[in-house]
Amino acid sequence: MTVFWSVFRRDWLLAFRQNAEFLQPVLFCLLVVTMFPLGIGPSPATLQKVGPGIIWVAALLSSLLALEKLFKQDFLDGSLEQLVLTPGSLPMLALAKVLVHWLVSTLPLLILSPVLALFLNLTWDMYWALLCTLVLGTPLMSLIGAIAVALTAGLNKGGTLLGLLLLPVYIPLLIFATSAVESASLGIPFTGQLAIIGAMLLFAIALTPYAVAYAIKVSQN
Amino acid sequence: MSGDKLTQLKAQELACIKRDKLLFNDLALQVEPGEMLVVAGPNGVGKTSLLRILAGLSAPEDGAIFWNDVSIDNIDSTFRQDLIYIGHKLGFSINLTAIENLRFWMQQRGQVPSEQSIIEVLDELALVGMEDVLVRQMSAGQQRRVALARLWLTPAAIWILDEPLTALDKWGINLLQQKMISHVQAGGIIISTSHQHFAVDIPVRTLALEPNWS
Repeated sequence: MTVFWSVFRRDWLLAFRQNAEFLQPVLFCLLVVTMFPLGIGPSPATLQKVGPGIIWVAALLSSLLALEKLFKQDFLDGSLEQLVLTPGSLPMLALAKVLVHWLVSTLPLLILSPVLALFLNLTWDMYWALLCTLVLGTPLMSLIGAIAVALTAGLNKGGTLLGLLLLPVYIPLLIFATSAVESASLGIPFTGQLAIIGAMLLFAIALTPYAVAYAIKVSQN
Repeated sequence: MSGDKLTQLKAQELACIKRDKLLFNDLALQVEPGEMLVVAGPNGVGKTSLLRILAGLSAPEDGAIFWNDVSIDNIDSTFRQDLIYIGHKLGFSINLTAIENLRFWMQQRGQVPSEQSIIEVLDELALVGMEDVLVRQMSAGQQRRVALARLWLTPAAIWILDEPLTALDKWGINLLQQKMISHVQAGGIIISTSHQHFAVDIPVRTLALEPNWS
Protein backbone atom coordinates (compact mmCIF):
# COMPACT_ATOMS: atom_id res chain seq x y z
CA MET A 1 0.00 0.00 0.00
CA THR A 2 2.92 2.38 0.65
CA VAL A 3 3.92 1.80 -2.96
CA PHE A 4 0.46 2.85 -4.06
CA TRP A 5 0.44 6.09 -2.10
CA SER A 6 4.00 7.09 -2.87
CA VAL A 7 3.38 6.65 -6.60
CA PHE A 8 0.08 8.44 -6.25
CA ARG A 9 1.69 11.45 -4.54
CA ARG A 10 4.55 11.62 -7.01
CA ASP A 11 2.35 11.47 -10.10
CA TRP A 12 -0.09 13.94 -8.62
CA LEU A 13 2.74 16.38 -8.02
CA LEU A 14 4.10 15.82 -11.52
CA ALA A 15 0.71 16.35 -13.13
CA PHE A 16 0.42 19.77 -11.54
CA ARG A 17 3.98 20.74 -12.43
CA GLN A 18 3.12 20.18 -16.09
CA ASN A 19 -0.37 21.61 -15.84
CA ALA A 20 -0.66 22.58 -19.49
CA GLU A 21 -0.46 18.95 -20.47
CA PHE A 22 -3.31 17.49 -18.56
CA LEU A 23 -5.73 20.17 -19.74
CA GLN A 24 -5.05 19.23 -23.34
CA PRO A 25 -7.42 16.22 -23.58
CA VAL A 26 -10.26 18.11 -21.92
CA LEU A 27 -9.77 21.03 -24.27
CA PHE A 28 -9.69 18.64 -27.22
CA CYS A 29 -12.98 17.08 -26.15
CA LEU A 30 -14.59 20.47 -25.67
CA LEU A 31 -13.45 21.64 -29.09
CA VAL A 32 -14.70 18.53 -30.88
CA VAL A 33 -18.10 18.76 -29.24
CA THR A 34 -18.48 22.47 -29.98
CA MET A 35 -17.65 21.90 -33.64
CA PHE A 36 -20.50 19.44 -34.18
CA PRO A 37 -23.47 21.80 -33.82
CA LEU A 38 -21.73 24.10 -36.32
CA GLY A 39 -21.02 21.24 -38.68
CA ILE A 40 -24.34 19.42 -38.76
CA GLY A 41 -26.64 22.36 -38.18
CA PRO A 42 -28.29 23.64 -35.00
CA SER A 43 -31.55 21.69 -35.28
CA PRO A 44 -32.30 20.63 -31.67
CA ALA A 45 -33.87 17.31 -32.65
CA THR A 46 -30.85 16.20 -34.73
CA LEU A 47 -28.40 17.27 -32.05
CA GLN A 48 -30.33 15.40 -29.40
CA LYS A 49 -30.24 12.27 -31.53
CA VAL A 50 -26.50 12.29 -32.25
CA GLY A 51 -25.40 14.05 -29.04
CA PRO A 52 -24.58 11.07 -26.76
CA GLY A 53 -22.60 9.40 -29.53
CA ILE A 54 -20.61 12.56 -30.16
CA ILE A 55 -19.74 13.04 -26.51
CA TRP A 56 -18.70 9.43 -26.17
CA VAL A 57 -16.57 9.39 -29.30
CA ALA A 58 -14.94 12.66 -28.22
CA ALA A 59 -14.26 11.17 -24.80
CA LEU A 60 -12.76 8.04 -26.38
CA LEU A 61 -10.44 9.99 -28.62
CA SER A 62 -9.37 12.43 -25.94
CA SER A 63 -8.69 9.49 -23.65
CA LEU A 64 -6.44 8.01 -26.33
CA LEU A 65 -4.66 11.34 -26.64
CA ALA A 66 -4.12 11.55 -22.91
CA LEU A 67 -3.17 7.92 -22.41
CA GLU A 68 -0.24 8.21 -24.74
CA LYS A 69 1.58 10.21 -22.10
CA LEU A 70 0.88 7.80 -19.26
CA PHE A 71 4.29 6.09 -19.30
CA LYS A 72 6.13 8.08 -21.95
CA GLN A 73 8.01 10.51 -19.73
CA ASP A 74 8.85 7.83 -17.18
CA PHE A 75 10.15 5.62 -19.94
CA LEU A 76 12.30 8.34 -21.47
CA ASP A 77 13.92 9.54 -18.27
CA GLY A 78 14.50 6.01 -16.99
CA SER A 79 12.15 6.24 -13.99
CA LEU A 80 10.33 3.23 -15.34
CA GLU A 81 13.42 1.02 -15.37
CA GLN A 82 14.18 2.05 -11.79
CA LEU A 83 10.59 1.24 -10.84
CA VAL A 84 10.87 -2.18 -12.44
CA LEU A 85 14.01 -2.79 -10.39
CA THR A 86 12.68 -1.70 -7.02
CA PRO A 87 11.21 -4.42 -4.84
CA GLY A 88 7.83 -2.69 -4.64
CA SER A 89 4.83 -4.24 -6.29
CA LEU A 90 4.45 -3.28 -9.94
CA PRO A 91 0.70 -3.93 -10.27
CA MET A 92 0.03 -1.53 -7.38
CA LEU A 93 2.21 1.02 -9.07
CA ALA A 94 0.32 0.59 -12.32
CA LEU A 95 -3.00 1.01 -10.55
CA ALA A 96 -1.83 4.19 -8.83
CA LYS A 97 -0.56 5.67 -12.09
CA VAL A 98 -3.82 4.93 -13.88
CA LEU A 99 -5.84 6.38 -11.02
CA VAL A 100 -3.90 9.66 -11.03
CA HIS A 101 -4.13 9.78 -14.77
CA TRP A 102 -7.88 9.35 -14.65
CA LEU A 103 -8.24 11.98 -11.94
CA VAL A 104 -6.27 14.65 -13.78
CA SER A 105 -7.25 13.99 -17.38
CA THR A 106 -10.78 12.53 -17.29
CA LEU A 107 -12.40 13.86 -14.15
CA PRO A 108 -12.33 17.44 -15.53
CA LEU A 109 -14.23 16.06 -18.51
CA LEU A 110 -16.95 14.71 -16.23
CA ILE A 111 -17.17 18.06 -14.50
CA LEU A 112 -17.47 19.71 -17.89
CA SER A 113 -20.08 17.25 -19.15
CA PRO A 114 -23.17 19.33 -18.20
CA VAL A 115 -21.93 22.05 -20.54
CA LEU A 116 -21.40 19.52 -23.32
CA ALA A 117 -24.90 18.12 -22.73
CA LEU A 118 -26.28 21.64 -22.99
CA PHE A 119 -24.50 22.24 -26.30
CA LEU A 120 -26.11 19.14 -27.75
CA ASN A 121 -29.57 19.71 -26.31
CA LEU A 122 -29.68 16.52 -24.23
CA THR A 123 -32.67 16.06 -21.91
CA TRP A 124 -32.12 15.72 -18.19
CA ASP A 125 -32.77 11.95 -18.31
CA MET A 126 -30.32 11.50 -21.16
CA TYR A 127 -27.70 13.56 -19.36
CA TRP A 128 -28.10 11.50 -16.21
CA ALA A 129 -27.60 8.27 -18.16
CA LEU A 130 -24.65 9.77 -20.00
CA LEU A 131 -22.99 10.79 -16.75
CA CYS A 132 -23.50 7.31 -15.27
CA THR A 133 -21.94 5.65 -18.32
CA LEU A 134 -19.03 8.10 -18.30
CA VAL A 135 -18.35 7.57 -14.60
CA LEU A 136 -18.21 3.80 -15.10
CA GLY A 137 -16.79 3.75 -18.60
CA THR A 138 -13.89 6.19 -18.54
CA PRO A 139 -11.93 4.40 -15.78
CA LEU A 140 -12.40 1.22 -17.79
CA MET A 141 -10.90 2.95 -20.84
CA SER A 142 -7.93 4.16 -18.81
CA LEU A 143 -7.27 0.73 -17.32
CA ILE A 144 -7.43 -1.16 -20.60
CA GLY A 145 -5.58 1.59 -22.42
CA ALA A 146 -2.74 1.42 -19.91
CA ILE A 147 -1.87 -2.11 -21.09
CA ALA A 148 -1.40 -0.99 -24.68
CA VAL A 149 0.41 2.17 -23.61
CA ALA A 150 2.86 0.21 -21.49
CA LEU A 151 3.50 -2.14 -24.40
CA THR A 152 4.16 0.67 -26.86
CA ALA A 153 6.13 2.87 -24.43
CA GLY A 154 9.42 1.91 -26.01
CA LEU A 155 8.35 2.64 -29.57
CA ASN A 156 9.00 5.98 -31.19
CA LYS A 157 5.79 6.17 -33.16
CA GLY A 158 3.56 4.44 -30.66
CA GLY A 159 0.65 6.83 -31.17
CA THR A 160 -0.88 5.43 -34.33
CA LEU A 161 -0.35 1.88 -33.21
CA LEU A 162 -2.06 2.72 -29.94
CA GLY A 163 -5.19 3.85 -31.75
CA LEU A 164 -5.26 0.73 -33.89
CA LEU A 165 -4.81 -1.48 -30.85
CA LEU A 166 -7.28 0.21 -28.59
CA LEU A 167 -10.22 1.50 -30.59
CA PRO A 168 -11.52 -1.98 -31.50
CA VAL A 169 -11.35 -2.93 -27.82
CA TYR A 170 -13.33 0.17 -26.88
CA ILE A 171 -16.17 -0.60 -29.28
CA PRO A 172 -18.24 -2.79 -26.91
CA LEU A 173 -18.04 -0.08 -24.28
CA LEU A 174 -19.17 2.51 -26.80
CA ILE A 175 -22.11 0.36 -27.86
CA PHE A 176 -23.35 -0.29 -24.33
CA ALA A 177 -22.84 3.31 -23.26
CA THR A 178 -24.71 4.89 -26.16
CA SER A 179 -27.44 2.27 -25.90
CA ALA A 180 -27.91 3.22 -22.24
CA VAL A 181 -28.37 6.87 -23.16
CA GLU A 182 -30.76 5.92 -25.93
CA SER A 183 -32.83 3.87 -23.51
CA ALA A 184 -32.93 6.86 -21.20
CA SER A 185 -34.15 9.07 -24.02
CA LEU A 186 -37.04 6.64 -24.60
CA GLY A 187 -37.79 6.49 -20.89
CA ILE A 188 -36.81 2.81 -20.52
CA PRO A 189 -34.60 1.73 -17.58
CA PHE A 190 -30.93 1.46 -18.54
CA THR A 191 -29.61 -0.38 -15.50
CA GLY A 192 -28.83 -3.43 -17.64
CA GLN A 193 -26.27 -1.61 -19.74
CA LEU A 194 -24.83 0.09 -16.68
CA ALA A 195 -24.50 -3.27 -14.94
CA ILE A 196 -22.56 -4.67 -17.88
CA ILE A 197 -20.20 -1.68 -17.99
CA GLY A 198 -19.84 -1.91 -14.21
CA ALA A 199 -18.99 -5.60 -14.45
CA MET A 200 -16.38 -4.89 -17.10
CA LEU A 201 -14.91 -2.18 -14.89
CA LEU A 202 -14.64 -4.46 -11.85
CA PHE A 203 -13.07 -7.13 -13.99
CA ALA A 204 -10.59 -4.59 -15.33
CA ILE A 205 -9.68 -3.26 -11.86
CA ALA A 206 -8.93 -6.79 -10.73
CA LEU A 207 -6.89 -7.96 -13.70
CA THR A 208 -5.44 -5.11 -15.75
CA PRO A 209 -2.84 -4.01 -13.13
CA TYR A 210 -1.13 -7.38 -13.59
CA ALA A 211 -1.25 -7.09 -17.36
CA VAL A 212 0.13 -3.55 -17.20
CA ALA A 213 2.92 -4.68 -14.87
CA TYR A 214 3.85 -7.41 -17.29
CA ALA A 215 3.71 -5.02 -20.24
CA ILE A 216 6.03 -2.60 -18.43
CA LYS A 217 8.54 -5.40 -17.97
CA VAL A 218 8.27 -6.33 -21.64
CA SER A 219 8.79 -2.72 -22.69
CA GLN A 220 12.18 -2.78 -20.96
CA ASN A 221 13.45 -5.58 -23.13
CA MET B 1 25.71 -4.26 5.25
CA SER B 2 26.55 -7.11 2.97
CA GLY B 3 29.73 -8.26 4.70
CA ASP B 4 28.38 -11.09 6.80
CA LYS B 5 26.09 -12.42 4.11
CA LEU B 6 27.29 -14.63 1.32
CA THR B 7 26.64 -12.87 -1.91
CA GLN B 8 27.58 -14.07 -5.31
CA LEU B 9 26.40 -13.36 -8.79
CA LYS B 10 26.76 -16.02 -11.39
CA ALA B 11 25.69 -16.10 -15.00
CA GLN B 12 25.70 -19.11 -17.28
CA GLU B 13 25.52 -19.48 -21.05
CA LEU B 14 24.22 -15.97 -21.59
CA ALA B 15 23.31 -15.02 -25.12
CA CYS B 16 21.96 -11.75 -26.40
CA ILE B 17 20.56 -10.88 -29.80
CA LYS B 18 19.81 -7.28 -30.75
CA ARG B 19 18.34 -6.40 -34.16
CA ASP B 20 19.10 -9.84 -35.55
CA LYS B 21 22.72 -9.53 -34.58
CA LEU B 22 24.29 -11.88 -32.10
CA LEU B 23 26.08 -9.73 -29.54
CA PHE B 24 27.46 -12.48 -27.33
CA ASN B 25 26.94 -16.13 -26.92
CA ASP B 26 27.73 -18.71 -24.26
CA LEU B 27 28.99 -16.05 -21.88
CA ALA B 28 29.67 -17.14 -18.34
CA LEU B 29 30.78 -15.03 -15.43
CA GLN B 30 31.00 -15.20 -11.69
CA VAL B 31 31.51 -12.32 -9.30
CA GLU B 32 32.37 -12.92 -5.67
CA PRO B 33 31.97 -10.52 -2.72
CA GLY B 34 34.68 -7.87 -2.68
CA GLU B 35 35.20 -8.03 -6.42
CA MET B 36 34.89 -5.43 -9.09
CA LEU B 37 34.20 -6.45 -12.66
CA VAL B 38 34.61 -4.04 -15.54
CA VAL B 39 32.98 -4.98 -18.82
CA ALA B 40 35.08 -3.62 -21.67
CA GLY B 41 34.69 -3.39 -25.40
CA PRO B 42 34.04 -0.94 -28.23
CA ASN B 43 30.71 0.86 -28.72
CA GLY B 44 27.82 -1.34 -29.69
CA VAL B 45 29.42 -4.56 -28.57
CA GLY B 46 26.73 -5.21 -25.98
CA LYS B 47 28.07 -3.83 -22.70
CA THR B 48 24.87 -2.07 -21.76
CA SER B 49 22.81 -5.05 -22.92
CA LEU B 50 24.87 -7.32 -20.69
CA LEU B 51 24.45 -5.04 -17.68
CA ARG B 52 20.71 -4.79 -18.25
CA ILE B 53 20.48 -8.56 -18.46
CA LEU B 54 22.50 -8.97 -15.26
CA ALA B 55 20.25 -6.47 -13.49
CA GLY B 56 17.21 -8.46 -14.57
CA LEU B 57 15.84 -5.61 -16.68
CA SER B 58 15.83 -7.46 -19.95
CA ALA B 59 15.65 -11.16 -20.53
CA PRO B 60 18.63 -12.91 -22.13
CA GLU B 61 18.05 -14.83 -25.33
CA ASP B 62 19.46 -17.84 -23.59
CA GLY B 63 21.04 -18.66 -20.24
CA ALA B 64 20.33 -17.73 -16.65
CA ILE B 65 21.58 -15.54 -13.83
CA PHE B 66 21.94 -16.75 -10.29
CA TRP B 67 22.10 -14.65 -7.15
CA ASN B 68 23.43 -16.78 -4.28
CA ASP B 69 22.76 -19.86 -6.38
CA VAL B 70 19.09 -19.08 -6.91
CA SER B 71 17.87 -17.93 -10.31
CA ILE B 72 16.94 -14.24 -10.15
CA ASP B 73 13.62 -15.04 -11.79
CA ASN B 74 12.63 -16.85 -8.62
CA ILE B 75 13.87 -14.37 -6.05
CA ASP B 76 12.94 -11.16 -7.75
CA SER B 77 12.35 -9.10 -4.65
CA THR B 78 15.38 -10.19 -2.60
CA PHE B 79 17.66 -9.65 -5.55
CA ARG B 80 16.21 -6.21 -6.18
CA GLN B 81 16.61 -5.29 -2.54
CA ASP B 82 20.29 -6.16 -2.83
CA LEU B 83 20.80 -4.34 -6.12
CA ILE B 84 21.35 -0.76 -7.15
CA TYR B 85 21.38 -0.22 -10.89
CA ILE B 86 22.32 3.10 -12.43
CA GLY B 87 22.04 3.19 -16.18
CA HIS B 88 22.55 5.74 -18.92
CA LYS B 89 19.24 7.33 -18.12
CA LEU B 90 18.96 9.25 -14.89
CA GLY B 91 16.04 7.24 -13.63
CA PHE B 92 14.61 10.41 -12.18
CA SER B 93 11.81 12.67 -13.18
CA ILE B 94 13.25 15.99 -14.27
CA ASN B 95 10.20 17.84 -13.01
CA LEU B 96 10.83 16.91 -9.40
CA THR B 97 13.53 18.13 -7.05
CA ALA B 98 16.46 15.98 -5.99
CA ILE B 99 14.90 15.39 -2.58
CA GLU B 100 11.50 14.43 -4.00
CA ASN B 101 13.12 12.04 -6.45
CA LEU B 102 15.36 10.38 -3.89
CA ARG B 103 12.61 10.13 -1.30
CA PHE B 104 10.32 8.47 -3.84
CA TRP B 105 13.04 6.03 -4.84
CA MET B 106 13.63 5.09 -1.20
CA GLN B 107 9.91 4.62 -0.59
CA GLN B 108 9.80 2.24 -3.54
CA ARG B 109 12.47 0.22 -1.78
CA GLY B 110 10.27 0.08 1.28
CA GLN B 111 12.25 2.57 3.33
CA VAL B 112 11.09 5.82 4.83
CA PRO B 113 14.03 8.22 4.72
CA SER B 114 14.16 11.37 6.80
CA GLU B 115 14.64 14.56 4.85
CA GLN B 116 17.74 15.18 6.96
CA SER B 117 19.45 11.99 5.78
CA ILE B 118 18.86 12.89 2.13
CA ILE B 119 20.17 16.42 2.66
CA GLU B 120 23.29 14.99 4.30
CA VAL B 121 23.96 12.83 1.24
CA LEU B 122 23.38 15.77 -1.10
CA ASP B 123 25.82 17.73 1.06
CA GLU B 124 28.44 15.09 0.59
CA LEU B 125 27.97 15.27 -3.17
CA ALA B 126 28.34 19.05 -3.17
CA LEU B 127 24.74 19.63 -4.11
CA VAL B 128 24.11 22.02 -1.23
CA GLY B 129 21.62 24.69 -2.11
CA MET B 130 20.20 22.52 -4.90
CA GLU B 131 17.66 20.82 -2.64
CA ASP B 132 14.71 22.74 -4.00
CA VAL B 133 15.85 23.02 -7.60
CA LEU B 134 14.07 20.89 -10.18
CA VAL B 135 16.39 18.29 -11.69
CA ARG B 136 15.73 19.74 -15.15
CA GLN B 137 17.37 23.01 -14.10
CA MET B 138 20.59 21.32 -13.04
CA SER B 139 23.68 20.83 -15.17
CA ALA B 140 24.41 17.40 -16.63
CA GLY B 141 27.07 16.70 -14.02
CA GLN B 142 24.79 17.71 -11.18
CA GLN B 143 21.99 15.53 -12.53
CA ARG B 144 24.43 12.68 -12.67
CA ARG B 145 25.41 13.26 -9.05
CA VAL B 146 21.76 13.15 -8.00
CA ALA B 147 21.45 9.79 -9.74
CA LEU B 148 24.61 8.55 -8.02
CA ALA B 149 23.32 9.75 -4.64
CA ARG B 150 21.46 6.44 -4.50
CA LEU B 151 24.75 4.71 -3.73
CA TRP B 152 25.20 6.88 -0.66
CA LEU B 153 21.63 6.61 0.54
CA THR B 154 21.18 2.95 1.12
CA PRO B 155 23.47 -0.05 1.35
CA ALA B 156 23.13 -2.75 -1.28
CA ALA B 157 25.26 -5.79 -1.89
CA ILE B 158 25.66 -5.34 -5.62
CA TRP B 159 26.02 -2.22 -7.73
CA ILE B 160 25.59 -2.33 -11.47
CA LEU B 161 26.81 0.96 -12.90
CA ASP B 162 26.68 1.73 -16.60
CA GLU B 163 29.25 4.40 -17.46
CA PRO B 164 29.13 5.98 -14.00
CA LEU B 165 31.88 8.50 -14.72
CA THR B 166 30.02 10.21 -17.58
CA ALA B 167 29.59 13.98 -17.16
CA LEU B 168 31.31 14.03 -13.76
CA ASP B 169 34.10 16.51 -13.07
CA LYS B 170 37.48 15.48 -11.64
CA TRP B 171 36.28 15.98 -8.11
CA GLY B 172 33.13 13.95 -8.73
CA ILE B 173 35.08 11.12 -10.36
CA ASN B 174 37.41 11.00 -7.40
CA LEU B 175 34.53 10.97 -4.92
CA LEU B 176 32.76 8.16 -6.77
CA GLN B 177 35.92 6.10 -7.02
CA GLN B 178 36.53 6.46 -3.27
CA LYS B 179 32.96 5.29 -2.68
CA MET B 180 33.47 2.33 -5.01
CA ILE B 181 36.65 1.33 -3.21
CA SER B 182 35.00 1.40 0.20
CA HIS B 183 32.05 -0.58 -1.15
CA VAL B 184 34.29 -3.31 -2.53
CA GLN B 185 36.44 -3.38 0.60
CA ALA B 186 33.31 -3.89 2.69
CA GLY B 187 32.57 -7.02 0.66
CA GLY B 188 30.30 -5.51 -1.96
CA ILE B 189 30.18 -6.34 -5.63
CA ILE B 190 30.49 -3.81 -8.45
CA ILE B 191 29.84 -4.53 -12.11
CA SER B 192 30.56 -1.59 -14.30
CA THR B 193 31.54 -0.33 -17.72
CA SER B 194 33.55 2.72 -18.55
CA HIS B 195 35.51 4.13 -21.42
CA GLN B 196 37.52 6.02 -18.88
CA HIS B 197 40.00 4.23 -16.72
CA PHE B 198 38.99 3.50 -13.14
CA ALA B 199 41.82 4.72 -10.93
CA VAL B 200 40.90 2.50 -8.03
CA ASP B 201 43.25 0.85 -5.65
CA ILE B 202 41.49 -2.50 -5.61
CA PRO B 203 41.75 -5.60 -7.76
CA VAL B 204 39.67 -5.06 -10.89
CA ARG B 205 38.78 -7.86 -13.21
CA THR B 206 38.15 -6.99 -16.83
CA LEU B 207 35.74 -8.86 -19.04
CA ALA B 208 36.44 -8.02 -22.66
CA LEU B 209 33.42 -8.58 -24.88
CA GLU B 210 35.63 -8.41 -27.92
CA PRO B 211 38.87 -10.37 -28.14
CA ASN B 212 42.06 -8.30 -28.01
CA TRP B 213 40.28 -5.27 -26.63
CA SER B 214 42.08 -3.53 -23.80
